[in-house]
Amino acid sequence: MTEHMDITSLLEAHYDTIFAFSVRALGCRHEAEDLTQDVCLRLAERLPAFRGDAKISTWLYRIVVNAAQDRLRVRTRQARLAEEWREAHLAKADEADAARAARGWIADTLAVLDPAERTTLALVVTGGFSQSEAAEILGVAPGTVSWRMSEIRKRLHVVAQQTGEVA
Amino acid sequence: MNPMDRDPLEELTEGLARMDVRPDQNRRDRTMALAREKFDVAFQENAAEERPIPDPPRTGAGRASLTGAVISMTRKMKKSLLYGTSGLVMAGLATVVTVQLGDEVMNVPQNHAKHESLAEVDGARAPQPSIGGDINPVPQNKPPISRDFESGPSFGAVGQKTAPASRSANEGALLMAPVQDRPTNVQGQNRDRFPDAEQNPVNSVAQSPISTFSIDVDTASYSTTRRWLNQGRVPEASTVRVEEMINYFDYDWPAPEAGGAPFRASVANYETPWNAGTEIVRIGLQGMMPDIDARPPLDLVFLIDTSGSMRSPDKLGLLKQSFLMMLGELRPEDRVSIVTYAGSAGTTLELTPASDRATIRNALENLSAGGSTAGAAGLREAYGKFDGDDDRVGRVILATDGDFNVGMSGPDAMTDFIADQRETGAYLSVLGFGQGNYNDTLMQALAQNGNGQAAYIDTLSEARKVLVDQLTGNLFTIAEDVKIQVEFNPAVISEYRLIGYETRALAREDFSNDKVDAGEIGAGHQVTALYEVTPVGSDAARMAPVRYDNFSSERRAMNLEMAGELGFLRLRYKAPGEDESRLIEAPISKEQEAMTDDDRFALAIAGFGQHLRGGKYLEDWGMDAAVDLARDGRGEDPFGYRSEALQLMQTYEALSR
Repeated sequence: MTEHMDITSLLEAHYDTIFAFSVRALGCRHEAEDLTQDVCLRLAERLPAFRGDAKISTWLYRIVVNAAQDRLRVRTRQARLAEEWREAHLAKADEADAARAARGWIADTLAVLDPAERTTLALVVTGGFSQSEAAEILGVAPGTVSWRMSEIRKRLHVVAQQTGEVA
Repeated sequence: MNPMDRDPLEELTEGLARMDVRPDQNRRDRTMALAREKFDVAFQENAAEERPIPDPPRTGAGRASLTGAVISMTRKMKKSLLYGTSGLVMAGLATVVTVQLGDEVMNVPQNHAKHESLAEVDGARAPQPSIGGDINPVPQNKPPISRDFESGPSFGAVGQKTAPASRSANEGALLMAPVQDRPTNVQGQNRDRFPDAEQNPVNSVAQSPISTFSIDVDTASYSTTRRWLNQGRVPEASTVRVEEMINYFDYDWPAPEAGGAPFRASVANYETPWNAGTEIVRIGLQGMMPDIDARPPLDLVFLIDTSGSMRSPDKLGLLKQSFLMMLGELRPEDRVSIVTYAGSAGTTLELTPASDRATIRNALENLSAGGSTAGAAGLREAYGKFDGDDDRVGRVILATDGDFNVGMSGPDAMTDFIADQRETGAYLSVLGFGQGNYNDTLMQALAQNGNGQAAYIDTLSEARKVLVDQLTGNLFTIAEDVKIQVEFNPAVISEYRLIGYETRALAREDFSNDKVDAGEIGAGHQVTALYEVTPVGSDAARMAPVRYDNFSSERRAMNLEMAGELGFLRLRYKAPGEDESRLIEAPISKEQEAMTDDDRFALAIAGFGQHLRGGKYLEDWGMDAAVDLARDGRGEDPFGYRSEALQLMQTYEALSR
């Protein structure tokens, strides 16, 4: 267990995966850099108290996933705020619009998913986890992962159809 | 491609898989290094937590040794000047202040006599009539009306200690994690890593009538909260320190008399806004303002980071504005030099009298950013500007976004170098600009080793607060190791709760133990503490009354005699540089008073802070009520700090809806 207790080797092993996951969950490299740093510092802070009651990668990615979900929720809240206070926050709303335009179709598509769905999808695409470990990281029952994936598929179909109709 | 043609999930999955997910190598390295530092600190703290005996609140031995070093240093130089900006905030950048201490001793009124008559009793005491009026804490024969009392006697040599600086820099550091090998007690006390302090509970007076804590003049928690809220995020409850939010603002508590004691404590009590069945006891300490006209001339070296990353309006732009603003506060006999560092270090302006404003202004305005960060060379160059004139006070103010290349020798050699300079009287402070500072750690280390402070400047008004308003005010420490102890009268009060100060709690016996460190008061500073108390018989009591007590009948009769007192306040402090503390005592009358605007505002902020911490004791009193109270108490607000707080409170109200 001692080898787990060192942050440098832990991050050496997982940094790239954390970053890849972050890019996919957030749909944006720039924000992913920030998220990755936040998460690494959080890990550094908590690692000494890690008691080995879970597999270290499960423990680690659970923190990663939660941080990503938090960030996505904050984003939603900010968007809502920007709407509510459109006038007071005109500049911010404009920024948000511009950022959205620049992000491209992946980010746009991701935007229809909720934080739990986005992190699930990012985890699946990034790969390297068994179904049961992924479930444990996400804090759900094993069956929920596939169920979520099918929900995502349905949702995307609906959106695609609407878009198709509009087009 | 027509989205209908394919399974959209498959398409999205492929798109995600094709994204460029290779991390930026520099960022990766920096993050890893930062994580390493954080981990080292967390590791030690984790180990410490498992120790059975808790350390006294983040003060401890390390701090004592720092103090010792500082005192010996100050003896050498008779007077030390600490230009602090005590509200110094946290996380970010750093201004390095180098102070060269002169030899002259400020002419500060001494006032020993008054105090000697005060019995230094710390425990049992004979019943005393409530003292009132402006008590110079001697006599005992005034009726319990007002409750101001001045603290004792000597003001001593001025401001010897840099502790307040190092302390606020130290503890205020938000993200700070110590550079390795620094003495951990001194610098490893990042509060962010002590986030676990639970809100103070309601205490039963019958069971523990005495509450003891150290004052806290830090204000970092407010700046941090502001940064979070301005980004549309709610800070984590455990990171909010209510007392620091309250103490961020200036209040007009009664000032000590000229020529008298270094600070004055005033106490008021009134209804609690959020609970009709309880009362607030407000303790306000107001530090004296020494005659700043007598200050020696200053030599300031602005060491400015002009590397490429500074090219931003909230960095170099704000920095120029801030320094220009500060320029207006200097006196003709002060001097300013500008040293810049980017790819290499160079002197932009040799020491120039502050009266030659056009030259200095011109040099500042012509700064531009580009290149890397040869910080170490810049520091050496900056320290080289002082000419060793003992009558002048020198300091280096380092302004940077935190990107600081310490050179081949590494951070340890750098901090050692700065510590050496400190011994010669040259101090260093650090001002942080911009967001995304990846090296606050180093900046904090620099400032602490340099006996300066680290402040984070995010807005021009923060710059004004740090650089201008406090430039003159924070020269001196006027009282050290200030501890407060309140004993509540069980005949009058059944329950009490100290609002905030969780991380400053002291054990009862620490109050009279002069080895236990506590907070300092700087010139002109205020410190405010609030208790919520429940009078005996109030419906608001949270605990059932006890059926038995162990008072003798004699004792009970005595309690009755003192029924006009809600409690008894004791303060201990040391005059700067002294080892032995002085005691001030006075009873707190139970007569209620009307709130002043300052009281209203302090309470509104206390409510705000408690909401951020979960609002456990606020009953139905919502943020809307807190906003209304803050608006009522805003008063003149010459610099707009309170209006800003109002906006923040509204932001929080919207975010938490």
